[in-house]
Amino acid sequence: MAGGTRGPVPVPLESKEHNVTQDVLDLLDTKQPLQTSEDFPSIPQAEIKAALDRLASRSMVEYQAHDSEQVLLTKEAEAIVSDGSHEYKVWKAVKDAGKVPIKELANVVGAESAKVGQGNAFKNKWVKKDGDSLVLVADTVKDNTRDLLKGIQDIKTLSDTKTLNELKKRKLVTVSKVIHYTVQKGPKYAREIPVEVTDLTAEMLASGAWETANFKPYNFNALGAPQDAGSLHPLMKVRQEFRNIFFSQGFVEMPTGHFVDSGFWNFDALFVPQQHPARDVQDTFFISDPPKADKPRADPELEAVMDQMESGSKKLFAPPDAEKKDIKPRDFEAYWKNIQDVHQDGAFGSIGYRYTWSENECLRLVLRTHTTAVSTWVLHRLAEDPQPARYFSIDRVFRNETVDATHLAEFHQIEGVIADFGLTLGGLMRFLEDFFSKMGIEGLRFKPAYNPYTEPSMEIFGYHKGLKRWLEIGNSGMFRPEMLEPMGLPKDMRVYGFGLSLERPTMMKYEVSNIRELLGHKVDLSWIKEQPAVRLEKD
Amino acid sequence: MPTITVDKAVLFKALEREYTTEEFDELCFEFGIELDEDTSLSTKPEDQAQPPQLKIEIPANRYDMLCFEGIALNLRVFLEKQQLPKWSLTAPASGELQTLTIKEETMKIRPLCSGVVLRNIKFTQERYDSFIALQDKLHQNLARQRTLVSIGTHDLDTIKGPFTYEALPPEQIEFTPLNQTQKMNGKQLMEFYDKDKHLGRYLHIIRDSPVYPVIYDSNRTVLSLPPIINGNHSKITLDTKNVLVEITALDKTKVEIVNHILVAMFAGYADSIEPIKIISPHNNESREAPDLAPRQMQAEVDYLNQVTGLELSPDQIAKLLAKMGYEITPSTSDSNLLDVALPITRADVLHQADIMEDYAIAYGFNKLPRYYPNKSSAVAAPLPINKLADIVRLESAAAGWTEVMPLILCSHEENFAWLNRKDDGKTAVKLANPKTAEYQIVRTSLLPGLLKTINSNKHHAVPIKVFEVSDVGFIDLSQERKSRNERHFAAAIMGKTSGFEQVHGLLDRLMLMLKSTFVTREDGLKNLKLGGYWIEEVNDPTFLQGHSAAIKLNLDGKNHTIGVFGILHPLVLHKFELPYPVSTVEFNLEVFL
Repeated sequence: MAGGTRGPVPVPLESKEHNVTQDVLDLLDTKQPLQTSEDFPSIPQAEIKAALDRLASRSMVEYQAHDSEQVLLTKEAEAIVSDGSHEYKVWKAVKDAGKVPIKELANVVGAESAKVGQGNAFKNKWVKKDGDSLVLVADTVKDNTRDLLKGIQDIKTLSDTKTLNELKKRKLVTVSKVIHYTVQKGPKYAREIPVEVTDLTAEMLASGAWETANFKPYNFNALGAPQDAGSLHPLMKVRQEFRNIFFSQGFVEMPTGHFVDSGFWNFDALFVPQQHPARDVQDTFFISDPPKADKPRADPELEAVMDQMESGSKKLFAPPDAEKKDIKPRDFEAYWKNIQDVHQDGAFGSIGYRYTWSENECLRLVLRTHTTAVSTWVLHRLAEDPQPARYFSIDRVFRNETVDATHLAEFHQIEGVIADFGLTLGGLMRFLEDFFSKMGIEGLRFKPAYNPYTEPSMEIFGYHKGLKRWLEIGNSGMFRPEMLEPMGLPKDMRVYGFGLSLERPTMMKYEVSNIRELLGHKVDLSWIKEQPAVRLEKD
Repeated sequence: MPTITVDKAVLFKALEREYTTEEFDELCFEFGIELDEDTSLSTKPEDQAQPPQLKIEIPANRYDMLCFEGIALNLRVFLEKQQLPKWSLTAPASGELQTLTIKEETMKIRPLCSGVVLRNIKFTQERYDSFIALQDKLHQNLARQRTLVSIGTHDLDTIKGPFTYEALPPEQIEFTPLNQTQKMNGKQLMEFYDKDKHLGRYLHIIRDSPVYPVIYDSNRTVLSLPPIINGNHSKITLDTKNVLVEITALDKTKVEIVNHILVAMFAGYADSIEPIKIISPHNNESREAPDLAPRQMQAEVDYLNQVTGLELSPDQIAKLLAKMGYEITPSTSDSNLLDVALPITRADVLHQADIMEDYAIAYGFNKLPRYYPNKSSAVAAPLPINKLADIVRLESAAAGWTEVMPLILCSHEENFAWLNRKDDGKTAVKLANPKTAEYQIVRTSLLPGLLKTINSNKHHAVPIKVFEVSDVGFIDLSQERKSRNERHFAAAIMGKTSGFEQVHGLLDRLMLMLKSTFVTREDGLKNLKLGGYWIEEVNDPTFLQGHSAAIKLNLDGKNHTIGVFGILHPLVLHKFELPYPVSTVEFNLEVFL
């Protein structure tokens, strides 16, 4: 395995002159405890530490760390210790030459010493001025500065704070924190580190070497090796959770495989009037090519898919032959006419919107604004043999929105539909309570709302424990008779519809505030890879 | 949803009590409107500078709540502080109604007109402002930006009937528009307001018509040029006593809805509501307007109770529905029927389903018995194409590729020119009204999205391996919707080397999982019964020449070409700004269904 921050303890490079770990072991043989500051003064602390860790992890030594302060000489001070202080150098130059012209002093002792040393030598009465030259006063002198610094160099402390501060100010010493260690023998002390192996290998198994091998200890504080893992998109993981909820409740997945739909299926059949703002170019993508839909008609391909999916329930719930009902084939012409009537003149107990209904508007192609367009198709199919049914879909829908942090032109709609006889509004609330409890949202409240194709319409509010406030989490209602009865569904068959976006709960779940970080090509790949699996009921 | 701003103190005075923000929020929630903001909680200086306001969102079909008067009235009725007024007409003392004659020429541009006179109205600044604001809200919502309906209001004492509604060439119409000082004709007016921030957006409604609609009094004073602007001459002020309302429209139903709403909201400030006589024989629209008689409907007691899960008596139902403004009497002919008198304010009620909803609101949505009748069990089933797609998704992720979700819509050039592909004009579904060039067509390939995703992730270490399983769309004139979706799989790898054998290996892996075995081309072509797939070199300008292969499939005795893979052409890399070689694979999943 390659070295680095992960995996077994990194083994420090041994310094060229000596093997620190070996030095420690050798010295411990004759002396303990060791004080690293005294016994290994020239070895850098980091190197000592690495060696001790290496030995300690093998229980060969035990050690304690101590913090202390050290007074260290600067370069200038070290020069003073070896060559004498500036004033001493001035005095020495004068003593050697007998007389030094002031102009020449810098050439003899250097500029720095000439500048600082001259004044001090005068003050100490070591030399004096004689005309333009310096001449000797004292024959012998004692270089106190040098002696002081020499003392500090040896013991690395200075108890006289006043002098210490003065030296610090003169930039002759620095004070630094040092760590040194007291080291004793550990329970597994030996003069030599036994040979270690980093990993168990096939060869060791084959040779039996594993029995005597001395395994290098593993660093349990590091991460394991990164996995070159593939991953599923978080939004799709949430989608799968929702699908599982639907499947557990016996829902059949609707065939949503067409992004393009006609005004008929997307709006008119849903009793959305042709002047409704949702049909404005500001809200809906219209299609320029191809130009126009056909009138609604049978679709054998979709039919086959639905038959395939419903074959299970058809078989299971098949009535005895005696009770078999006649299937009433769909009449698309009549449906079309019914829709026109219910909008334009009123029908099925409704006064209608009473406007001039346009066939052209109805056949305009749009990018579907909701998957409820597909639910409409499926419910019309149900009218052939009306019986209790549950359908759902999760798929892409399109709105001509101005893109911002919470809006994209595309998102996913989660849609559920339940058809049954004699359903009640409270029953829908109860169902939704159960549905949302599966993702940990309890205690729903319902607000009356307006939607052209449901009556009553209810906005669903759930209490978000994390955010500590009520949030709108979806929309629901019972489809209007003006939508259902034109299909040929019986008056006492009621249909619940409910929907929410897939993105919103996902953004809450993963704490994403910008939808563009969730859907679309700008999403960060490492974000996709690092999001945990989804368990809606858990978090 | 429209948002209406009302003065908090004035509204609470009307409701005869003080509410905390939470209490009022709760009231709104129960009634089905939404308190958007209470500015007394705002820290913005502009909010603190004025008395606290409540911003209330109104459902789009409640035109009777688009002003302070309507919100106060409906909440007072809901709280049982009052009953809904019964609006009625009063003929003028003289007995002579104002008349408005509609000329047949108006059929060419805006055929309908209605109106009403409000006598002895008492305006204050607040009432006047609300009157103007309500017209604006109606214009925005119900009237679809004045296209369907537009309203003009006039000081009746400055003009003299009978009035005429005509359609004339723009040059022949001359008047001083509201708040202007100089006269102009219809054509000049269009130029004058062309750049106007407020009115400019309505000019298109009539601009190119050979005739413009116009209303005159008997002295040929122009009242208004609907749906653009009124004349300055008849403008209403705080001192106006008698208001003439004229409403022109394309839609017969909406013109009377607007008339009703204006009457219901503001007749309370006037002494009487006076009808006007409309003479319009050419389209059988001669009548007296407005008709304020309540609309009669019937509702079934068992329907109302059954859907709500309640079991209340007709009298109890009547009492609850009175809170929503209904006047209900049990039918004398059938004990299961209720005779419902609908006030003029409730144009949104179309069916007894609407009455049922109001019954549920009056009772309290959240007090309804929450009981789910266990009537049906069902058998779940996944959509076959989704099940298939999930298999491919899981296997791709297990093979070490990362799933991405780019958008379905893309620009034309990303889908064609940038991939060195030509648009034959018969393939891609094109959008008519996108807001940006990013959304011009429905993608016909998953490649643009994958390549854009890699581009956005260039800062990551290579190799980058991504895949997507999703739909593309095609024009298909044989379909009712003239188009169809197709479920595709695609993957792309960008690395220091081409990755050709990687996408090839992923293909092999997925085919293995889809129970398709690899066969040689020779065997595959020779023996149709031999199930399996093979690849053969193909010339495809998206890819580097000699480095792309078609994916061929023998399935149930049929031969398909399902896709292609290869090393992307350097020109494609250049267009998508990708610095390293990229190989891609894409194929149609639907054949495996």
